[in-house]
Order: sequence, then structure tokens, then C-alpha cells
Amino acid sequence: MTQTTIQKPVQKDITSHFTKKSSGIIPKTITLSSVIFILAILGFILADIIYNGAGTISWDFLSLPPENGMESGGIFPAIFGTAALVLLMTVAVIPVGVMTALYLHEYRSSTSKITRIIRIAINNLASIPSIVFGLFGLGFFIGFIGGGIDSMFYDGSRPVWGQPAIIWSALTMSLLTLPVVIISTEEALRTIPQEMKDASYALGATKLQTIRKIILPQAMPGILTGAILAINRGAGEVAPIMFTGAAYYLPYLPHKLNDQFMEMGYHIFVMATQ
Amino acid sequence: MKKYNFKKKSKIAEFLGEKFIAVNAYIALAAVLLIFIFIFKEALPLFYDDYVQDEVTLKKMIVKQPFAEGREAKFSWQPNSDNPRYSLLPLFIGTLKASIIAMLFAIPLGIGGAIYSSQFASKRMREFIKPAIEMLSGIPSVVLGFFALIVLASILQNLFGFTYRLNAINAGIALGIAVIPIIFTISEDALTSVPESLKDAALALGANQWQVSSTVTLPAAMPGIAAGVILGFGRAVGETMIVLMASGNAAIVSASFADSIRTFSATIASELAEVVFGSAHYAVLFFLGSLLFLFTFIINTSGDIILIKLKEKLQGGR
Repeated sequence: MTQTTIQKPVQKDITSHFTKKSSGIIPKTITLSSVIFILAILGFILADIIYNGAGTISWDFLSLPPENGMESGGIFPAIFGTAALVLLMTVAVIPVGVMTALYLHEYRSSTSKITRIIRIAINNLASIPSIVFGLFGLGFFIGFIGGGIDSMFYDGSRPVWGQPAIIWSALTMSLLTLPVVIISTEEALRTIPQEMKDASYALGATKLQTIRKIILPQAMPGILTGAILAINRGAGEVAPIMFTGAAYYLPYLPHKLNDQFMEMGYHIFVMATQ
Repeated sequence: MKKYNFKKKSKIAEFLGEKFIAVNAYIALAAVLLIFIFIFKEALPLFYDDYVQDEVTLKKMIVKQPFAEGREAKFSWQPNSDNPRYSLLPLFIGTLKASIIAMLFAIPLGIGGAIYSSQFASKRMREFIKPAIEMLSGIPSVVLGFFALIVLASILQNLFGFTYRLNAINAGIALGIAVIPIIFTISEDALTSVPESLKDAALALGANQWQVSSTVTLPAAMPGIAAGVILGFGRAVGETMIVLMASGNAAIVSASFADSIRTFSATIASELAEVVFGSAHYAVLFFLGSLLFLFTFIINTSGDIILIKLKEKLQGGR
């Protein structure tokens, strides 16, 4: 109600384009109610999950494997699998994402053709449905790369790498989270003042030395933000790992790169629908 | 005097370093191309392989298919029967229904929220609203799907008395919750990036705050809001886990939004695990993936073009 009229016409006889004053109280009320409705949805979902979920969390639940055909016991293998997946994914995605951002920002001008093409590719990568990533992981990583390794180095009687495995899930997921890392690294690179780089060059440093000693240390907080956002995304997506490595139930924890694994999101899906 | 010593320059290391960084920069581009190639490659047998074409062709996916000799022809998706049929129509209808409901739910809320946050809210209020709404996008889709399956479906059934607990409306609303933050964020960005000079000019002409918003800011930001809606629609069509869990997964041709539905994405997710590598069914599922890929590619590119043009226009006016 406070900011309805700020400016009044000085003279009434001057015909203004804005003669009829609508105070805007109706649109304000309508848009405020949509904000309240969205926040209510968010609050309801969070409250429902916490209210129903808090009671079941115990040390046993977090530290034990599922028992009795997954009807009792805990979710430890799923937590372990998710952590392992996210760790492998981060190791794969951070160097590539950071180097892409460096290339776009430090080596190429923002108007050059190749920058534009790579940017379009990044934007499109970010919008590809996650299920398509799952299909790609199955067709490319498992079928093409894994199958290729099998036929080259193994006798091919049974699949060693050409089967669902945690490494393929992690690589699929790292492609999915690549745009997130690139974009937040770029944000960080943008904030580094040109003077610092110029000073470094003036001292005789090369481009690579400047990147290593000046740019990367300064961009580190942004890179970490990117890593956290990527982990947030990677830990929550289920569709890309359904065919590339996640298992309903495993009696053991994954300990090799070509093991299958249990994952929390997939565990939710399995428990909710089976 | 302390001397800052850089190590001796090596031109070879410098050259290799740049090349190494450049190679990594092309991974994103290569990934998009590889995804395109590999999804289509697996769908290709539909067009030339006799064995696959014996079971299904592009034509068979589009026209009506007979159940058995002498029975009425129908559109049906029954890949696992003795006489497998792969009509795309039921899936198309399901995808369309879920996205329509999602957009009807998310557009008013997302745009309304963006207008309030950018035009009416005080600075402190805005700093609370924006991250709170964007938190919605941090909820994993499998959790939203779970919520829709267990909680939302019961609430809606009690309210409207649906015959089927899991239906297009339930899945659509859950999808809408996932789409709201996309529409909100992009519209809000567009609204706040309208230059002050434009607003000042309107204020100087005697407009009050709401008149500035409604006659200057909103029209100037309209392309950005449209882009938000377009990109939100792309997300709604491609989203998998929510519809897989909350839609009932029944491929039905009907006009009612209270019926169960099945979407393209959910079909891939639920059937790919059991399918035989290289079979006709396998090729059809990759074909569905290709359609999804192409669709989101077009949607996303057009949304991006609108946003880039808007940015140029608004910055040019400064």
C-alpha cells in the first residue's frame, strides 16, 4: 500500500498520456497471492516430508543394509552408492567444466564464432531431458565404449565393461551437470578484474602461469559453487542412471568401477512403485 | 626486495596447455553431437532393417492398427503382446495432457510471482521470495513424483472424486510445480533487466508506479516472459520421473483429463529396462528419445534466440 502514488502530475490541464490513475492495488493483490500460493506449496511439501520422514530416521536406518526383501533394515548401500556416484561424477566434470569456462573466457573473445557455437551447445546440453541422457549412456557408454573395450581386451564371452556400471552412470551424470559447472565458473571468471591479469602479464608471466597463479585461485569460490550445484543436481536425478548402473538391490557395496550400485533417488522410486 | 619469480617460460608447455584446454572446451559440443548421433543411430533400424520393419514401421506408428483379423482397428500402444502395436497417438495425447495441465498451473503462478517480486516487493522481501521460489527447483524430481504419488493424488481424489487416483491432472500439477521456478526465474530476470531510463521517462510523463509497470516494464519484458514459458514447456515435455510415478502409466486415447495417461518420457523409462538389445521395441524407444531430443532442441533454441534478441534490444536502449 505504501508505494501506490509516487509522482503526481504537476499541472492538471496538461493532457497527459496517463490521465486515468489506476492505483495497481488489484494486480498487486493478485500477484502477491500467487507468491503466497507458491510458497505454500513449497512449505507444504517440505513440511510433509519432514513430518512423515523425521520419525523413521535412526542410526540403524542410516547404517544398515535393507533386509527381508527391502521391507526392513536401512538404506546404507543407497547412501554409499549415491556418494560414490557423486564423487566420481565430480572428479570427471569439474576439470572439464573449468577448462571449458577458461577457454571461452580467457582464450577466445566472447563474440568469436566458435564461442557462440560452444555456448549454443552448452545451452542445449542443459535442456536435453534427463531420460535422453539415460538413453545416450546406454547406447554410447555401455554399448559403444564398454562393448568396444570388451571386444578388444576380453574374450567377449560375458560382458565386463559393456554392462550397467557405476562408472558409466557417473560419466552420463557428468555430461548432464557439465553446463552447471561451466556457467558458475564463468560467473566467477567475469568478476576477476582485468588489472590483476595485466599486472601478472607485466611481471612476465605467461598465459598459463597467469591462469594457474592468478585466475584459478580467485575463481575457486565460484568453482566450488558450481561443484555444489552439480552435486545437488547429480544426486537428485534418477532417469539417467536407471539403465546405466543403478540396481534394485545389491548384497554388496560397489568396490570396482564396473560394479552396479544402489542409489537413493532410485531407491525411492523402487520402494514407491514396486 | 622480494622478487616474484615465475619459472622459466616454456613455449611448448604453453602451447600444449592451450591445446589441452581447447580440447576440453569442445567436449560440450561433442557431447551434444554424440547424443544426437547415438540416439538416432539406435532408432535407424526402423527405417531399413527388414526384421524390425516386419514388426513396426513409421507408418504403423501413425495409422490405426487392427487388434486381430476382423476386429476394429485402433490406436494402441501394446509392445509386449503377441501382435505388438506401437501407436504414438496415445503417448502423444498423454504428453500433451500432462504438459497442458502443467502449463495452466505454472504460467499464472510463475508470471504472477515474477511480477510481484520485480514490481511490488520491497528489496528485503524480494531477497526472501526469489531464493525461496528457486528452492523449488532444488527438489529432486523423484521426490516431487513421490509426493504426487502418495500425497497429492489422495488430496485431489478427495477434492474432485476421480475414478482413477493417478491421472493427467495429478501428474500435470506435480509437473507444474517443477516448471514454476523456470518460468519465475526467466520472467523475473527479464522484468528486472528493463532499463531504468525507460521507467524514468514514464514517471516523468506523470505515470504512477503501477502504470509504469503495466505500460512500460511488462511490454518491454514480454519476450523474456514468453521465453520463460517456452523453456518451461520444454521441461514439462521432457520431465520423466514425475510423470512416471504420478500419471498412472496407462496409454489411453481419451479426451478426459481425469483418465490415466502415459507420456513419451515415462514410456522410455518404464520399458527400456526389459527390452531386448537391438529388437524392434528397442529401436522404437530410441525413436521416442529422438523425438524428445529434437523437440527440446527446437524449443530451447527458439527460447534462447528470443532471450538474446531481448538482451540486445534492452541494452541498445540504454
